[in-house]
Amino acid sequence: MSGIAFDVAHLLAGSLVLVSFMLIYQDRLTAMINVFTLQAVVLALAVSWQAYVQDAPHLYVTAAIALVFKAVVIPTALHRIIRRLGIHREIETVVGVGPTMLGGIGLVALSLVVMLKVAHEADRLAREDLAFALSVVLLGLLIMVTRRNAVSLIIGFMSLENGLVLAATGAKGMPLAVEFSVAFSVLIAFIVIGVFLFRIRERFETVDISALDRFREQRE
Amino acid sequence: MTPPPFSGFNGFNAVEAILVIPAAGAILLALLPGYRLGARINVVASLLTFLTAASLLARRPEIGLYLQVDDLSIVFVVLNTFVGLTASVFSASYIAHEIDVGRITERRLRLYHAMYQVLMFAMNLALTSNNLGLMWVAIEVATLTTVLMVALYRTHEAIEAAWKYFILGSVGIALALFGTILVYVAARPVVGQGLQGMVWTVLMRHAAGFDPALLNVAFVFLLLGYGTKVGLAPLHAWLPDAHAEGPTPISAVLSGLLLNVALYAVLRFKLLLAAAPAALAPGPLMVALGLMSVLFAGLMLYRRRDIKRFFAYSSIEHMGVIVFAFGMGGPLANFAGLLHMTMHSLTKSAIFYTVGHIAQVKGSQRMADIRGLTITHPVLGWTLVAGVIAIAGLPPFGIFTSEFLVISSTFARQPALAVALVAGIVVAFGALLLRVQGLAFGDPSPGSEPDGASYLPIFAHLGLVLCAGLFLPAIVVAWFQHVARLLG
Repeated sequence: MSGIAFDVAHLLAGSLVLVSFMLIYQDRLTAMINVFTLQAVVLALAVSWQAYVQDAPHLYVTAAIALVFKAVVIPTALHRIIRRLGIHREIETVVGVGPTMLGGIGLVALSLVVMLKVAHEADRLAREDLAFALSVVLLGLLIMVTRRNAVSLIIGFMSLENGLVLAATGAKGMPLAVEFSVAFSVLIAFIVIGVFLFRIRERFETVDISALDRFREQRE
Repeated sequence: MTPPPFSGFNGFNAVEAILVIPAAGAILLALLPGYRLGARINVVASLLTFLTAASLLARRPEIGLYLQVDDLSIVFVVLNTFVGLTASVFSASYIAHEIDVGRITERRLRLYHAMYQVLMFAMNLALTSNNLGLMWVAIEVATLTTVLMVALYRTHEAIEAAWKYFILGSVGIALALFGTILVYVAARPVVGQGLQGMVWTVLMRHAAGFDPALLNVAFVFLLLGYGTKVGLAPLHAWLPDAHAEGPTPISAVLSGLLLNVALYAVLRFKLLLAAAPAALAPGPLMVALGLMSVLFAGLMLYRRRDIKRFFAYSSIEHMGVIVFAFGMGGPLANFAGLLHMTMHSLTKSAIFYTVGHIAQVKGSQRMADIRGLTITHPVLGWTLVAGVIAIAGLPPFGIFTSEFLVISSTFARQPALAVALVAGIVVAFGALLLRVQGLAFGDPSPGSEPDGASYLPIFAHLGLVLCAGLFLPAIVVAWFQHVARLLG
């Protein structure tokens, strides 16, 4: 792979990790959704670049899904949900921003150590792509465990999934890459519709999942 | 030595048929109104699927790029379709009662029946796929359908359970996908790009040449990912809620089948690692998770007040025993693991069928509201007692045989581990006997209604488990021994 192709792929994958970090310290839902939109756009660019470099036109479909579904449809839906619920207020994080950022840095270091050590036989681009992808996956998990609000949980899951798409498209010639992103889109659509339906049916006063835990304690 | 291709009806071979029948059933059930008709179609479709799956025992089609049935998966397929059939029979009588008491509407039942067949389709696809990616997609579909079914009653608790299951299940399958991608990356330098890099049979042939370090990392992700779906502690949090809040036929299918399907995925990857000698031995990881599940679930059983939740924890315990056995490996432990898996599926679904009827006649799932069953409902009461004796691992039932084999084979190799395992099993045993006493004997609790239960599925399952405990036919032994040797 020529130098410039490698550098651009590297830059885009690195930006994805950077945007994941930006997600960690957003304390308002609106801002969080906007940052996620940015991540989806960066992902679409990264995937398109892979499609171009690998000469794999089907990956453009994955890029298009990322752009249309994750950068337009889902953010619009989420904005509508939070407006209806009236939760533009701050999101309570379980852990403070400082420790979470440190934890995030630790996770990225971990994934770099693991992947760069492990995958010597894979070519350089695939290896570093995997390291970035694993970082995004772990940061997504970190967002999921440090947030309580259902909407930020969804965003955490989607950013985790962005890491998976990056890994799938970075692995050269990966079969079913498009199908995976379709399958995940279905999954996310289900989650979003689920949260939306709860509200419409007014099952919960709040989408704070600690309220769900309270129901459980009452019962047990 | 490829067996000759088998051309069944309509030009489908039997493997395609066990996918096409449930898929067609799902479409039909989604279109047709009327829950009685729906329940019947559900049973017929499940019966046809089971018969076709049983025909695979006699003749297997050749291995394709996408679908295959081999010696390992056929055990799972036959068990899966059989319990799917009996659960559909139980479901028919269960939902008739739910309609009568108005817990559920007819429209929602249509969704339920269609989803039941989609779930059967997805599980059969996961078990027969010859492709890592296809298997992953099938398990995802199975997760989605069960989420919809767990939320069927639309109560606070049901939606909470479904939400929790959804989030944890999604994270689980996301991790499993990362593992799958890593396996492909490890395989690509050896088998080349494209579809070949995801075909089981191709991967197994070339596994020795894969990058071992990459395979190790992949297996950790796969074990955590699919292990979440198996319900291994500490990834089990979704399991008790999903079992307790969904309709009881689904609790039976979850415990009896879906956990097995996820286990099958773990076993497949274990085989792959075993075929790559330089990679780490997957056994110790599985032993650790399995043992943790047994001990944890055994202790948690004492604190349960909901009868379905109680038996859900018992499922975690037994999945722990099974994963432990497969983790130990070797022909004897694998044999015990397979036998235990089969026995647990049959017994636990029979218990859930019984519990479903019990909860209906008593109008409650709280164990405090269920007392003296043997007096008010002798058949249900004594069936529950028999089921609990079986699941607790007492003779003469089959679980005694399989647990005995697991423990004795472990004693010979790792006495310390065997002691820990026995401790967990004994703790769970105590909780089961303690609880069943309150449920089955003593002053009967009020609130009994006449019950229109279907006993056939329950008796069929317990009968099979009893037969296996008394006398395991030589042909089954030979078959399981063969599969156990394959598992290494």
